[in-house]
Amino acid sequence: MSFFIEGDTGKWEVVLGLEVHAQIKSNSKLFSTASTEWGSDPNTQVELVDCGMPGALPVINEFCVDQAILTGLSINAEINEKSIFDRKNYFYPDLPQGYQISQFEFPIVGNGFLMIQTEEGEKRIGITRLHLEQDAGKSIHDQDINNTLIDLNRSGCALMEIVSEPDLRSPEEAALYVKKLRSILRCIGSCDGNMEKGNLRADVNVSVRKPHSEMGTRCEIKNVNSIKFIQQAIEYEARRQVEIIESGKKIIQETRLFDPNKGETRSMRGKEESHDYRYFPDPDLPPLMISKAKIEELKRSLPELPDEKKSRFISEYSLTNYDAEVLTDDQYVSNFFEEVAKNRDSKLVVSWISVELFSYLKKNSIELSESKITPKKIAGLLDYIISGKISNRQAKELFEPYLKSNLEAKDFIEKMGVEQVSDEGEIEGLINRVLQENPKMVEDYKNGKDKLFGFFVGQVMKESKGKANPQVVNKILKDKLA
Amino acid sequence: MSIDNSIVRKVGKLAKIKIKESEENKLLDELNNILGWVDELKKVDTEGVEPMLSVFNESMNMREDKSDSKFSNNLITKNSPEKKAGFFVVPKVVE
Amino acid sequence: MTDFSTIDITEAKKLLSQKKITATELTEFFIKQIEEKKGLNCFITKTFDIALKMAKESDEKIQKGSNLGILEGIPIGMKDLFCTDGVKTTAGSKMLENFVPFYESTVSQNLWKNGAIMLGKTNMDEFAMGSANTTSFFGNVLNPIRSDNQKDLVPGGSSGGSAAAVASGQCFAATGSDTGGSIRQPASFCGLVGLKPTYGRCSRFGMVAFASSLDQAGPITKTVSDSALMLQSMCSYDDKDSTSSKKLIPNFSDYKKFDLKGKKIGLPNEYIIEGLNEEIKKKFDQCINIFKDYGAELIDITLPHTNYALPTYYIIAPAEASANLARYDGVRYGLRENSENLDDLYQTTRASGFGDEVKRRLIIGTYVLSAGYYDAYYLKALKVRQLISNDFKNAFKKCDLILTPTTPNVAFPIGEKQNDPLEMYLNDVLTVPASLAGLPAISVSAGNNNTNLPIGMQIIGRPFEEISVLAAGSVIELSKV
Repeated sequence: MSFFIEGDTGKWEVVLGLEVHAQIKSNSKLFSTASTEWGSDPNTQVELVDCGMPGALPVINEFCVDQAILTGLSINAEINEKSIFDRKNYFYPDLPQGYQISQFEFPIVGNGFLMIQTEEGEKRIGITRLHLEQDAGKSIHDQDINNTLIDLNRSGCALMEIVSEPDLRSPEEAALYVKKLRSILRCIGSCDGNMEKGNLRADVNVSVRKPHSEMGTRCEIKNVNSIKFIQQAIEYEARRQVEIIESGKKIIQETRLFDPNKGETRSMRGKEESHDYRYFPDPDLPPLMISKAKIEELKRSLPELPDEKKSRFISEYSLTNYDAEVLTDDQYVSNFFEEVAKNRDSKLVVSWISVELFSYLKKNSIELSESKITPKKIAGLLDYIISGKISNRQAKELFEPYLKSNLEAKDFIEKMGVEQVSDEGEIEGLINRVLQENPKMVEDYKNGKDKLFGFFVGQVMKESKGKANPQVVNKILKDKLA
Repeated sequence: MSIDNSIVRKVGKLAKIKIKESEENKLLDELNNILGWVDELKKVDTEGVEPMLSVFNESMNMREDKSDSKFSNNLITKNSPEKKAGFFVVPKVVE
Repeated sequence: MTDFSTIDITEAKKLLSQKKITATELTEFFIKQIEEKKGLNCFITKTFDIALKMAKESDEKIQKGSNLGILEGIPIGMKDLFCTDGVKTTAGSKMLENFVPFYESTVSQNLWKNGAIMLGKTNMDEFAMGSANTTSFFGNVLNPIRSDNQKDLVPGGSSGGSAAAVASGQCFAATGSDTGGSIRQPASFCGLVGLKPTYGRCSRFGMVAFASSLDQAGPITKTVSDSALMLQSMCSYDDKDSTSSKKLIPNFSDYKKFDLKGKKIGLPNEYIIEGLNEEIKKKFDQCINIFKDYGAELIDITLPHTNYALPTYYIIAPAEASANLARYDGVRYGLRENSENLDDLYQTTRASGFGDEVKRRLIIGTYVLSAGYYDAYYLKALKVRQLISNDFKNAFKKCDLILTPTTPNVAFPIGEKQNDPLEMYLNDVLTVPASLAGLPAISVSAGNNNTNLPIGMQIIGRPFEEISVLAAGSVIELSKV
């Protein structure tokens, strides 16, 4: 379904563009040898460049360059053989050089795109560019009443800024886009994509317009750090803009902040007004030249990307587009799936992973990769279903306690005494008893009351305390009543 | 191109240098003199000329991704006018 | 005590190796000289204890006769622009009045590795912005040379403390840095040899930046022979500087074997500018004849964009400086003017920590990069820089070296040219073009004018051809014009 905001004057379309900042998973910083490790004591991972000491000079980290190229290749983008680092000038206490080294006119990666799976089908989202830049340090405002404390451990860490075209049209699409990008980054290993730790953040450009009309004035919501917040921020901001326009006023192009506690965006105006970044080429860094050979070499080293994996899953496991998308979103999940699906019915495996397992994880708010659940554990349970030793229904009932237990499937099922009875002799005995106790019903059935079949099945199951294999029950019962 | 007081004040703010009112006119005159003089460049035909970013024309050296944090926060904050528990300290910044 | 102020490094090395003198004796001599000549204000920080310790180490090495550096036991001055581990480094600014680096610049590190001894940190124009050493927060330096009319003269700038210290015998040599003439011009004003190497020859790591695309370290010495030794000890490929050259480093003393016979020396008519001092012009003509006598071929060349070099420089250098000096904000080191408001802290710290000339250039630099003016000024200047560089490339197709005067005038009295920044900037008119093109250039004294003030001649060479530049310099030196 297309997303529109219903205003007093009719429908409004939302136009969105995202600037995603992804911290590169490197050992050392973009231009210094300081460690990028998270959570160390303040200012212990700071080299001269990272605190802007006099005479400090930047030296580029080749791994970070490679990651930018790999990411570029993964989003179907052009890699620029020559790119330039620029200085973006502004004063802020966590910006020690007084400028950020970034790329302005000539970024390392040019035009690209990625595909998202919306409810209406696949949609292509254009990517304008990807460039490399330094992260800033951290300003801590809440540890001291009168002061702001500055920690430069993050200062100089490598970021990729990935800028999308204004191709997104709803909060859901924005979420899908970020998820897709994150799955690509994780797949190639260029970024952890951990939004809580801030190593993936997004600036969201929001504008609204009447369908098929000119682009409206946009506002930029800075530094939103979860997919949920991205969606909330967009919804709030789009409604705010519609209200302003419908009340006859104009949108002012500005930078805004999202407040997750209030679910609102608010203006950062005043702080921003004097910004004139005075970009110019950094004279400390010659142009970054990348050879065709290097690009080819990196291309060859790329792992199977989420989209490639998705196509393979569709053909290899006969999955639906949707299931394939869900399972290839995360590399850990897709590996997990493939492990379980080995020599097993893929339809069964999909439904158990994408429905039962995912809802369990969601309910307990954990990621599969963080849980202790192994493919072996899931496979063990599925094998009991496949061999008919337990029913699907039984398995569903046992699923949560099973996952929470430390037992293997065999031990767990023995312990619970739930193993399904498939022994024909035993079941026949039960059936005989049920039929003998209900002669009237048997007669009615034989006279055409077909619906009573279910009644007999129910009674047999009851007698067996739910352990009888329903398929076996069906089969014998049919013979007996024939 | 000549500039006026408002530009001097604006640029002073960008450069984060307080310009006293008493200095403003003198600075304005000096800047206008200098700018008038560099305006000479307008006479040069630079049609089709590539801007020269650097005289250095060797390829950029790239570093291996090895981490090495050589300095303690004691050393890093050694010259700082105000520090606390390993942090640099500035007056409260309101976000 | 023997007077060592009349000998050069080359001579001192000989005496040291013959064990006729010790490094400690040399060091003690220069310490005494520095104390006696305090009035010239050459040093911002004196490091006598360090010097004596280094001298002792050198003497021990010389005794053993092993692992001797090129400058083993030679006391020198270090421009206060080079960060020295544990020793205050001010860049001539109030902003860094109490700044003590905990790291060492590559150039100074190389010198210590080669056995040089640090007597102290020499005075300089604030952040190397100046041509008379009058912008230093630590007071102006006096030129030890006095004219016959006995007025105090400027030593030139920005490496004025280095030049005056060497000229007055307070050290054998000193480091300098040259962005638009800051080595060559003071060398010329003090009757010395000043060499700006090719951009990329000396590492910029640990050198307080003024204009990164132009800054280059180099030596100020009494003789060309010393210049070669100093440069040899200063330069290296440095993986801490992304603009450091990997080109092979020759033995610079091989300039002595370089034959100028048959070499073509270009004379750019654009350098015979209006306002060029008559006596300097006369010396220039005499130098032409000397080269002719050496069998060199003198040819007229043209560097058509020379006139635009100075305005180009005064856009590019301040623009880069405006970013390079943004780090002096009172947060992590250096001066802080306290305020409860961060913006006010920035503005008052920077207004109080920087002197007038630095502020002027930061404002200009900020302006030429700001929205709406970038194309008209900064981008235009980059294009003209290309044309200036092309002029040299074309000229060097026709000639091997270029000969010009170093400055349009000799050293001037302190206090002159102070009221109009433009008049001060014109000092650099003949040195700036080679800086913009990144070329090696030397200034060598060609004798004095009729009031006994030194006149410098400049020789510019092809990139990384310091040897031919030194060779041509030595021709002027030997001729004792």
